[in-house]
Amino acid sequence: MTIAEIAERLNLTPVTGEEYLHREVSDGYVSDLLSDVMANAKKDCIWITLQTHENTVAVAVLKEIAAVVIVNGRKPSDVTIEKATEQKVPILLTSRTAFEIAGMLYQLLHAEEIQS
Amino acid sequence: MKEDLSKTIEGSFHIVGGDFIRAGEASTALKKQLIDLGIEEETIRKVSIATFEAEMNIIIYATAGIIRYTITPEEITIIAEDMGPGIEDIELAMQEGYSTAPDWVREMGWGAGMGLPNMKKNSDIFRIESVVGEGTTVEMVIRRKKDDHSRNSREA
Repeated sequence: MTIAEIAERLNLTPVTGEEYLHREVSDGYVSDLLSDVMANAKKDCIWITLQTHENTVAVAVLKEIAAVVIVNGRKPSDVTIEKATEQKVPILLTSRTAFEIAGMLYQLLHAEEIQS
Repeated sequence: MKEDLSKTIEGSFHIVGGDFIRAGEASTALKKQLIDLGIEEETIRKVSIATFEAEMNIIIYATAGIIRYTITPEEITIIAEDMGPGIEDIELAMQEGYSTAPDWVREMGWGAGMGLPNMKKNSDIFRIESVVGEGTTVEMVIRRKKDDHSRNSREA
């Protein structure tokens, strides 16, 4: 499933990287600890977090994360937006919680596993 | 792209303490170089994580530091040397979950006590030396596993 399809289904608002929403997403990861994301997030995943500062972009670039979803209605800083635009990292926003977004994303990506 | 690793490749990055805005630039630049050299993906993953954590530690704790790297056909060596407060108890610092980071750094999602363990986990050889009041030097060696596919050959 692409970031664009996920954004539509979960009603996420893209703020950066709109031209890269065609990328395929394989998985999701939820964490606000950046070293944990460094260690455990997979390539091409959607990273759900409440962190809004610029280092999230650096982590996303290094881990080749498909997109960052910032939850709880939080807004990325200007530097974050600048870095994400420069590094081609899509950032999407939602007023929902990490729990809600993770649950909805899991259903979208792993619907068959839930039913079986 | 063809691999050109007949010679040893060396380089370095200067890191400025407290410069969170440029965090990740050194490790991303090294990663790009490894991709261009056609190094296998798993090795790049390990080097990227180890270097990023070393870079963050200099930014979070030190006044300044330098990250040197050496790429040979067999292995990649990263040496991160800083002028900083040093580590009083290295054994304690190596424990997962132990951190001396201030609250504002923790609020950024750093300082979870995972940096040094992450570096060790991703290295085949890990050495750390520290003098309180002077600084810390971390040496990490990541051996290449050439039977893995390189990123370039996988994408081809």
